[in-house]
Amino acid sequence: MTEPTRIRAQALGEKTTVRVLMNHEMESGQRKDASGKIIPSWYIQEMTVMLNAKVVLTAEFGTSVSKNPYLQFILKGGKAGDKITLSWRDNKGETRSDEASIT
Amino acid sequence: MTLAGLLVGAGYPQFSTAAYNKTSFETKSINEAIKMQGGGVISESKEVLINAPDYAENGAAVAMGVSTFLPDVRKILILIEKNPATLAASFQVSDAVESNFSTRVKMSQTSDVYFVAISSDGRAMYAKKEVKVTIGGCGA
Repeated sequence: MTEPTRIRAQALGEKTTVRVLMNHEMESGQRKDASGKIIPSWYIQEMTVMLNAKVVLTAEFGTSVSKNPYLQFILKGGKAGDKITLSWRDNKGETRSDEASIT
Repeated sequence: MTLAGLLVGAGYPQFSTAAYNKTSFETKSINEAIKMQGGGVISESKEVLINAPDYAENGAAVAMGVSTFLPDVRKILILIEKNPATLAASFQVSDAVESNFSTRVKMSQTSDVYFVAISSDGRAMYAKKEVKVTIGGCGA
């Protein structure tokens, strides 16, 4: 089960500021549970952002990215109503894709 | 390919060709990680701008910002020298986005943090900053 990514994209002039909050444990693989066993790593490895179905940003994450990864970036262009789609894939092969419109 | 695999591939075409650069996220060496991410000559640059705190009370989530007006940047990396694996994130800059990213990372202890801009000819320009951590974040 994965939870939706929260996406907020605001156009201002020629640019669009995009803020996203992905819902993911981002387990580092360094921690131990109460019985001393290492909790296996579980984290987002790849992330892609599309603007109106065209890829504008891809990123790779390691285990150092915080739980529920936050990301802010700036698009050149974009206008109200344009669609932002964010997809990710974690190290267990699970994927998720969420969409929002620029406001 | 299984049917499930086919469906996944169909829904997420962007991941079918992308290859996660796993080894670069496992090394403890800053230099190696930069090289594995496509960096060649590494040099310090005042044109890579950092927005990071002097002190982080909680190492589980430390806000990091990096930006640059350097031309022709293809990748931006964030590396934390003393974490179990140094490379935290790698952003592939396209013509449609600015070289300006903010995120949050875990820090196990006080460490230098490196922000690297790799241009399309392979030059890796970096700025670094020490962030002091009060409570480590790898156990968090």
